[in-house]
Amino acid sequence: MQHSVSIRDLSLNFGNVKVLETLNLDIEQGEFIVLLGPSGCGKSTLLNCIAGLLDVSAGQIFINGKNVTWEEPKDRGIGMVFQSYALYPQMTVERNLSFGLRVAGMKKEEIERRVARAAEILQIQPLLGRKPANLSGGQRQRVAIGRALVRDVDVFLFDEPLSNLDAKLRSDLRVEIKRLHARLKNTMIYVTHDQIEALTLADRIAIMKNGVIQQLADPHTIYNKPVNLYVAGFIGSPSMNFIEGTLDGSSFTAEDGTAIPVATYDFADKSKAAGKAVLGVRPEHILLGEEAARMPYNAEVEIEIVEPMGSDTLAWTKIAGRPVTFRAASDVHLEAGQKLVVGFDPARGSFFSSDTTERL
Amino acid sequence: MSQTATMAGSAPDTSVGVEPRGPRPKPFFTPTKIIIYSVLVFFTLYFLFPLYVMVVTSFKTMPEIRFGNIFAFPNQINFDAWIKAWTSACTGLTCEGLSPGFWNSVKITIPSTIVSIFIAAVNGYALINWRFKGSELFFAILIFGSFIPYQVFLYPLVMITREMGIFGTLQAVIIVHTIFGMPILTLLFRNYFGSLPQELFKAARVDGAGFWRIFFEIMLPMSLPIFVVALILQVTGIWNDFLFGVVFAGTKNLPMTVQLNNIVNSAQGTPEYNVNMAATVLTGLVPLIIYFVSGKLFVRGVAAGAVKG
Amino acid sequence: MADTAVQRVEGAGISGQRGFLRKTFVHNLPAKIAALPMIATVLIVFVGCTLWTIYYSFTNSKLLPTGKFVGFDQYERLFGTSRWNVSVTNLISYGAMSLVFTLVLGFLLAVLMDQKIRFESAFRTIMLYPFALSFIVTGLVWQWIMNPTLGLQTTIRNLGWTGFSFDWIANPRMVLFALLIAGLWQGVGFCMVLMLAGLRGVDDEIWKAARVDGIPTWRTYVSIVLPMMRGVLVTAVVLIGSGIVRLYDLVVALTNGGPGISSEVPAKYVYNYMFSGGNIGQGLAAASMMLLTVVIIMIPWAYLEFGGKGRQS
Repeated sequence: MQHSVSIRDLSLNFGNVKVLETLNLDIEQGEFIVLLGPSGCGKSTLLNCIAGLLDVSAGQIFINGKNVTWEEPKDRGIGMVFQSYALYPQMTVERNLSFGLRVAGMKKEEIERRVARAAEILQIQPLLGRKPANLSGGQRQRVAIGRALVRDVDVFLFDEPLSNLDAKLRSDLRVEIKRLHARLKNTMIYVTHDQIEALTLADRIAIMKNGVIQQLADPHTIYNKPVNLYVAGFIGSPSMNFIEGTLDGSSFTAEDGTAIPVATYDFADKSKAAGKAVLGVRPEHILLGEEAARMPYNAEVEIEIVEPMGSDTLAWTKIAGRPVTFRAASDVHLEAGQKLVVGFDPARGSFFSSDTTERL
Repeated sequence: MSQTATMAGSAPDTSVGVEPRGPRPKPFFTPTKIIIYSVLVFFTLYFLFPLYVMVVTSFKTMPEIRFGNIFAFPNQINFDAWIKAWTSACTGLTCEGLSPGFWNSVKITIPSTIVSIFIAAVNGYALINWRFKGSELFFAILIFGSFIPYQVFLYPLVMITREMGIFGTLQAVIIVHTIFGMPILTLLFRNYFGSLPQELFKAARVDGAGFWRIFFEIMLPMSLPIFVVALILQVTGIWNDFLFGVVFAGTKNLPMTVQLNNIVNSAQGTPEYNVNMAATVLTGLVPLIIYFVSGKLFVRGVAAGAVKG
Repeated sequence: MADTAVQRVEGAGISGQRGFLRKTFVHNLPAKIAALPMIATVLIVFVGCTLWTIYYSFTNSKLLPTGKFVGFDQYERLFGTSRWNVSVTNLISYGAMSLVFTLVLGFLLAVLMDQKIRFESAFRTIMLYPFALSFIVTGLVWQWIMNPTLGLQTTIRNLGWTGFSFDWIANPRMVLFALLIAGLWQGVGFCMVLMLAGLRGVDDEIWKAARVDGIPTWRTYVSIVLPMMRGVLVTAVVLIGSGIVRLYDLVVALTNGGPGISSEVPAKYVYNYMFSGGNIGQGLAAASMMLLTVVIIMIPWAYLEFGGKGRQS
């Protein structure tokens, strides 16, 4: 099947600064792709290139098989939703939705039909006569989505659409966007720095750093099998625990001499599993009590700080001389100074080479 | 981002065989660009033309001027007109040139600038941090008053200064400049102090500092940029003033603008255009130097009037 | 917050009359002392002098303002004086032209400057420098350029175009346009700077949205950006408008009201009657009319700015 969006060897420089470097990305029809990364990683730049709002320095962009590298945004078959909503303030919601179509000289009945459909999908019919100033943040964002919707395009681009909203509204609208995708089945490319949004919405996540895609995979793989130290550290809150040490065939020796058996770990290439390495373990993969005793590695530790989070409890301690956090169910009573046995299976963790920072 | 849409019509045709790759081809000369630059250059000429004519004329001799070509470059650079404008051009009454006017303007501008800025800074500080009952009303009237034509206040102010015994002296001009500089400067300082973090002021209050101590030790050291803007605004504004100088300064203290106008418009005998233009350039020189040296700060100063409080 | 700090101190045992006096005068005292120049300026100059001027405009004051009350006599005489009527007509014609041209050219230039052009700051510097000059300087330069015997007219004729005519400064029918050329030269750059600041204040994403919607650049400026700049436009109109009403120095330097009385303006009329004509009552009546004009301009603005606040976002 034809790719919905294809990016070939895309580069973008601002003067001497390389913002994107020979980037390749294929997006399937109807796929929900999230571009995730810290600010300045090039994710919004990439989106603006796809939209045609930025001129690329090298490479090509295809949308539905058509080379659109030199096309104007309006001719690319895309709709875009912005962080600041970018609604035209002096026009009513109805005018905001229809303005582009009117300028394009579309027939009146067709405009009305499309506006009505968008309003119905987004449930903004009662707002059509209002001006953006009289709308709440969530309503504005819905209108902004509507403006992309009436264009009847195949690809939707979202540029951090929820960043200006408060936490409650953000999670509500997140669900709505997911519902919208389920209903419309359009290709959606969504830029965010919020990993929760990325994990909940995406079919596939592209994690970016310094203009390069670090890993492109489904949320489960990204979370459980990060390809390098950067991705491992970026995804997950609280972040992954890292223990530095040396690998030699069957065991991993931490810097303080603690030995951790690695027989259960599934190395990509066993021959390379030697030398300096970093073991990463997610807080929820460290278990307590009887479960801990059954793990390949366990030890008695002393709890330093306890942070009750409501749904669960976060505890700080030291394993192999390194500060480590682990997660416990909220009904387990923990307190600072308490001693208990914790353990984990390295198979559920990740080993990274200290030299290349790549997954082993 | 705004110019690229103009190229929408000329979107390249992919069917001719060139595979679009890399940056969009952008011809250096598009019709839009040519129009934009032509209009800008036309207006640039309009704006520069008087400056050119003024300077060129001031270096010519009268016979050259009578030849009748204001564009022509002088045969040789001749400073006679400048010297005469500075030392011996006649203003109708005396023939001492512009130099007394220059020094009068200096004597008016320096104290007026200092007094008006100091008072306005204190006003702005009091209005933001020490609001008292009615302070906002006073401020509103002050701003509204700045739009009233000066002619409405002229005669009463003449009477007041005469009663105080300072009419026709430097003090009168200084007071008048302070009064009429107050609205815009107070607005400037009020907005600036309002943009500083209020926590600083609160912390100083908790530390036991009073009105003046906070002003001099906390606020002033943080206000250098706005003082520079106010300085530019006031020096150019007061230097360029004509009306207050002619009404309040008295014949002994007439500022440069008034002297200049007298030299050109009240002098008897055949007009000496080269001397007139030299005198004009000399009068414009001070604000022009300030303008070119201060650059963006000047823009900030003039735009400050547009920023509402 | 300053209030609460001091109120706690004075709460100790002061009551009734003394408490009221204390509250009015002692409370926040240093601030009130510091604001005395402002309070004096407002009460004595902006309020007091205005009322004084209005009051004495109803008297027959000649050389000194001691005359007796004569009702609207001064105003009747004012509008019976051709020089005043010419002044008012001139101000209206010049004002309308100046306002329209300054705004249109200022906006046009700002739009051109917004097209990511090269040498933007050089262009801006050149367009704004006349604004730094005195109206006297501006008036005198243009007086020389438009000098009919040795200025631009003669120069062009000497270059071979003998039919060329540019004698506006000496031509009663054209003298207002001469004033306009000089006034625009000084003021357009400032308007451009204001408008450019307004244009740059428009959210970048609005432009992106308009491009995705396929709206042509000119249409975006007219239908989206211009209405968004309402605040800047209103400010520009008020500033330019109050400058026009004050128009004085430029006329004095460029034409001194001539030829004849064909370029007289109200501000000059006031000055001449007060300080040269020895007819203070007339001058004050004319000044009061100028005040009325400004009030008429200001009321809609004040309403928009402060009265209609609820409508703004």
